[in-house]
Amino acid sequence: MLEKIQGLGQLSISILGGLGRAVLILLSAIAHLPNFRKGFPLFVGQLYAIGVLSLIIIMVSGTFIGMVLALQGYTVLVDYGAEGSLGPMVALSLLRELGPVVTALLFAGRAGSALTAEIGLMKATEQLSSLEMMAVDPLRRVIAPRFWAGFFSMPLLAAIFSILGIFGAHLVGVEWLGVDRGTFWSVMQADVDLRDIINGTIKSLAFAFVVTWIAVYKGYNCIPTSEGISRATTSSVVQASLMVLGLDFILTAIMFT
Amino acid sequence: MSKKIELMVGLFVALGIAAFLALAIKVADAGIQGNGESYQLHAKFDNIGGLKVRSAVKVGGVVVGRISSIRLDSEDYTPIVTLDIFTKYDNFSETTSLSILTAGLLGEQYIGLDPGFMDEELGIEILQPGDYIEDTKPAIVLEELIGQFLFSQDSDN
Amino acid sequence: MTTNLVEINNLTFNREERCIYNNISLSIPKGKVTAIMGPSGIGKTTLLRLMGGQLKPSKGEILFAGHDIPKLSRTALYEIRKRMSMLFQSGALFTDMSVYENVAFPIREHSKLPESIIEKMVMMKLEVVGLRGAMHLKPSELSGGMARRAALARAIALDPELIMYDEPFAGQDPISMGVIVRLIRDLNDALGLTSVVVSHDVPEVMSIADYIYIIADEKIIGQGTPEQIYAQESPLVQQFIKGEHDGPVAFHYPATDYKSELMGEGS
Repeated sequence: MLEKIQGLGQLSISILGGLGRAVLILLSAIAHLPNFRKGFPLFVGQLYAIGVLSLIIIMVSGTFIGMVLALQGYTVLVDYGAEGSLGPMVALSLLRELGPVVTALLFAGRAGSALTAEIGLMKATEQLSSLEMMAVDPLRRVIAPRFWAGFFSMPLLAAIFSILGIFGAHLVGVEWLGVDRGTFWSVMQADVDLRDIINGTIKSLAFAFVVTWIAVYKGYNCIPTSEGISRATTSSVVQASLMVLGLDFILTAIMFT
Repeated sequence: MSKKIELMVGLFVALGIAAFLALAIKVADAGIQGNGESYQLHAKFDNIGGLKVRSAVKVGGVVVGRISSIRLDSEDYTPIVTLDIFTKYDNFSETTSLSILTAGLLGEQYIGLDPGFMDEELGIEILQPGDYIEDTKPAIVLEELIGQFLFSQDSDN
Repeated sequence: MTTNLVEINNLTFNREERCIYNNISLSIPKGKVTAIMGPSGIGKTTLLRLMGGQLKPSKGEILFAGHDIPKLSRTALYEIRKRMSMLFQSGALFTDMSVYENVAFPIREHSKLPESIIEKMVMMKLEVVGLRGAMHLKPSELSGGMARRAALARAIALDPELIMYDEPFAGQDPISMGVIVRLIRDLNDALGLTSVVVSHDVPEVMSIADYIYIIADEKIIGQGTPEQIYAQESPLVQQFIKGEHDGPVAFHYPATDYKSELMGEGS
């Protein structure tokens, strides 16, 4: 009995300790705004590694998810003669939910895991230590540009995802299944509000924050062995995905009720 | 930092911004209608059915405003709906009537606004911001409609 | 008596509940090669990390040119670190940069020199370690010995006062071992550096060190010039430098009684 209580205590302490370290890393990454001359090229480089390299998967998934939504939505809506609502249905699902959420999940798998593994490997090969000994702060040099690049990339990726999804839905709904082109767009324009786009972007920023934070923290804090890195990478993706889904529920409850 | 990477990043950022613009203009149709200036009118209904905050107010199918709030009168417990009407439609008369309509068979409910007539000799004036619209028709509730239908069938026999 | 660049006084260090160092004191004289030896696993690397301020001791002071490292603020610590340098066991080269970029890295970070001067500085450092021809290679294309030499070029890029070598001889073939031994000695004498070498390779260390500390069991068990070390009578020191398999440092990790554990009688 006593041992179980002690175990619980140990667990809580280690969770709190981890949280504390994560917050410290976050604070120093944010507080150390990189100086522009040295920091900007690093930021651009990470924008490439994180944003540009995720582009293909985001574009392909966005288009296909839009196409599937249109196909599924059409078969249901046509029974009620409401296929005119296909446009807003697809646009609202993409802008409010699927765009930010699926982008964040794909991002966690594509870019988050790579971030964790890269930072973890830098730690294991003593590159982070050696930066410190060269009087270069690894938080500023390694963590901060990656964090900011992730934060900046995700909303852009989500917007690209959504617009391609709507394009895909147009392709299937209008070109293939024969929904009237005018109805498709005008009903969508009547029902979608600028607020939907802003809320979707806010969601996206929140997810970007959480996913990149978890990714850099897991990498920076991993046990520097091959097993430790593999575990850190897995848990980075798993935890980031769960956090995204949980956070999505909370944000949806706040924004759309 | 190679030129190729810089170019790709530039393209990526441009693509992202273009996507935002396309969403805003093409999908949400912002800028053309937007949420410009508006003034408020109130109306009491017996039953608002499935009306929601931000439902549209339409005149002959043209959106002239949105519902900004729905609350219950604290004395007689009837719903009070507040409408935000765009300022450019600012000369509805006091005889204006409102009815709660449904878009299609199962679509969203909205308020249909019938502008009514204007006659200064009879003392009928333009609605001022904050006025109440008196003439309202409640939402049609399907169950009541069916009930009425059955009742009239009965009395026919 | 020469002045000491680093002085460690009454240092105690615990990692979690295990004691690594118990009240040790040592000093690193300026301009000399000082070696710290001892069996693996007694935390020799830890000592270097303590000197670099990456770890904080439980007790005691570590003076670098008069500054107490553990008590420095973060900014002051980063300022002090520009005067020291460390060669990691793995080399720790940045894998996404070429050898040239690796060596140029600390110069670019800490100075605003024009590219033409940086280029000349990098060439000079690479020439010293004999890798000028390999400057466009990536670290993954280098052999272990070359990687360590490239890392050494990076470590001396900013002409530090103190350079710490973490196991520089481990895992090297005899030829690269010879090259590194020569480099450490030559760099020390030519650039007026102060060197600290952490190692357990007895013959190499004996050949270059001016002064040697042997650490075991949380304490310093022997110190002196190579000749003095050979002459020491302490059985522990003798076992270490002669490489005998059993002695005061037991072959067996502390365990319960062998016989009773085999018979399944152990607790």
